[in-house]
Amino acid sequence: MALSDKELNEIAYLARINIDKDSFPSLKGELEQILDLFEKLNSAETNEVEAMSHPLNLSQPTRPDEVTEEDQREKLQETAPSVQSGLFLVPKVIEGEN
Amino acid sequence: MKLHELSLKEQLNGLKEGSFSSTELTQHYLDRISSFDKSLNSFITVTEELALEQAKESDKRYKSNKALPLDGIPIAHKDIFCTEDILTTCGSKMLSNFKAPYSSTVVNNLSSDGVVVLGKTNMDEFAMGSSNETSFFGPVKNPWNKEYVPGGSSGGSAACVSAQLASAATATDTGGSIRQPAALCGLTGIKPTYGRVSRYGMIAFASSLDQGGVLARSAEDSAILLESMSGHDPKDSTSLNEDVPNFLGNIDSPIKGMKIGLPKEFFEKDLPNHVESSTKEAIETYKNLGAEIHEISLPNVDLSLPVYYIIAPAECSANLSRYDGVRYGYRCEDPKDIEDLYMRTREEGFGSEVKRRILIGTYALSAGYYDAYYLKAQKCRRLVANDFTEAFKSVDLILSPTTPDTSFKAGEKSDDPIEMYLQDIFTIPANLAGLPGISFPCGNHEGLPLGVQLVGNSLKEAQLFQAAHQFQEATDWHKNLPEVK
Repeated sequence: MALSDKELNEIAYLARINIDKDSFPSLKGELEQILDLFEKLNSAETNEVEAMSHPLNLSQPTRPDEVTEEDQREKLQETAPSVQSGLFLVPKVIEGEN
Repeated sequence: MKLHELSLKEQLNGLKEGSFSSTELTQHYLDRISSFDKSLNSFITVTEELALEQAKESDKRYKSNKALPLDGIPIAHKDIFCTEDILTTCGSKMLSNFKAPYSSTVVNNLSSDGVVVLGKTNMDEFAMGSSNETSFFGPVKNPWNKEYVPGGSSGGSAACVSAQLASAATATDTGGSIRQPAALCGLTGIKPTYGRVSRYGMIAFASSLDQGGVLARSAEDSAILLESMSGHDPKDSTSLNEDVPNFLGNIDSPIKGMKIGLPKEFFEKDLPNHVESSTKEAIETYKNLGAEIHEISLPNVDLSLPVYYIIAPAECSANLSRYDGVRYGYRCEDPKDIEDLYMRTREEGFGSEVKRRILIGTYALSAGYYDAYYLKAQKCRRLVANDFTEAFKSVDLILSPTTPDTSFKAGEKSDDPIEMYLQDIFTIPANLAGLPGISFPCGNHEGLPLGVQLVGNSLKEAQLFQAAHQFQEATDWHKNLPEVK
């Protein structure tokens, strides 16, 4: 199955992964090869088959609504790339006058 | 006999009898790691200080007759299991600076039983790979022959146990990542029933397929370790609320009358002579042990590979969206805006196989393709699982080779994703159906080990251990270990 540059661009953007333009041809080739592998599924008759999303046929268990985790903000933020006053710092998101 | 030559069970007995201390045993392994691991690269982090501290505590407990079930046994954890305040990288640049703020349930369960942690083992990046060549921390070598791969993704765990740098190791299996390296390194490896081992703190790849397990030198050692790891965990909503049986309970019982099925679809494949002959020999051993051998059919099993390569990447694309360079892990330099931060962090932080799978998964889940790929794959997954349900009406266990061949040379398949994916044709079906599977050594070809796989019905790990142990009582393949230099 052929994948266009436009499609690859769209997928890469959806996945939020920047892709170097030079690697487009080889990457497209590899992805097309993988997509070809999927053709085999077309031979299976599945109209009456229920989708299997999980190996256990169980419903989600519930538990009492109790606080079980303590506040560990500082410990959890120790591993963050950039933190200030207990907040995660990222580049400016909202443009405009300030 | 040297300490590292003893099995885990023998080491436990030695510790109990006071023949040696946990400190001696731990130091012995640490010395072996520093002598031999430079060339194998099976560890990402060696936790020497922690290990010696834990060993000392363990020795105290033995002295005061308060020893725990696995007290003083030095093991290694796959670097996919979070270990509090210890580097937990998942083999990725993305987490190359990540010290986990908490420990996984597997790590906690084993620690409560007294194990000593020697360190964290190398692995394919985010458990995606079958050769341990996709790790950011460099490839792992196969101790049987360093030109060959140890398998993956639990390649570091397999290599270190095979080289006797640890008594046993934890591992995970999404499509064969315990059983394939077990086969390629001459070990016994079990992937239990989905839900048997908690996934809490086990870094997620494909959540409906991932399952923790063990790599060890025998069925007996694997049973001892798995029992400690297993059990219901309220912190994992997919954890099974089932009692964990004594996995050693009926390990010594004869398997006379046990029904073993051979799926004709697997045996019709064009396998190399040495794989075919060693598998046939294993079947003969089972016949001699009194098992009944039956040909069975898994008519949809050939759908497994494409089903897996849609479902696993789809789930991975969702799971790995959490790596955004904001809360933990790698962040790119000088991002110009938030979009640039995401896009470049993920470009630079992930390796090529991980990116390929995220892209495939994103595509399979995207508007217009969801029904054709993802939904279709989920329906086909049901067909594969139903085949097993049908088969287990007439047999107890299903036997096949674990891998299509012995190990391969480093670099041989790394440029061809499909060739690499074919490594897992015999192991993937059990993951799709959530069933337990065990691989153990059954031969050797040109100095490289071969493995045979048994798949059991849901929750039948004890039966797998029994069948594998009885095989190991009758054969010596599992006693063959590489000479490490």
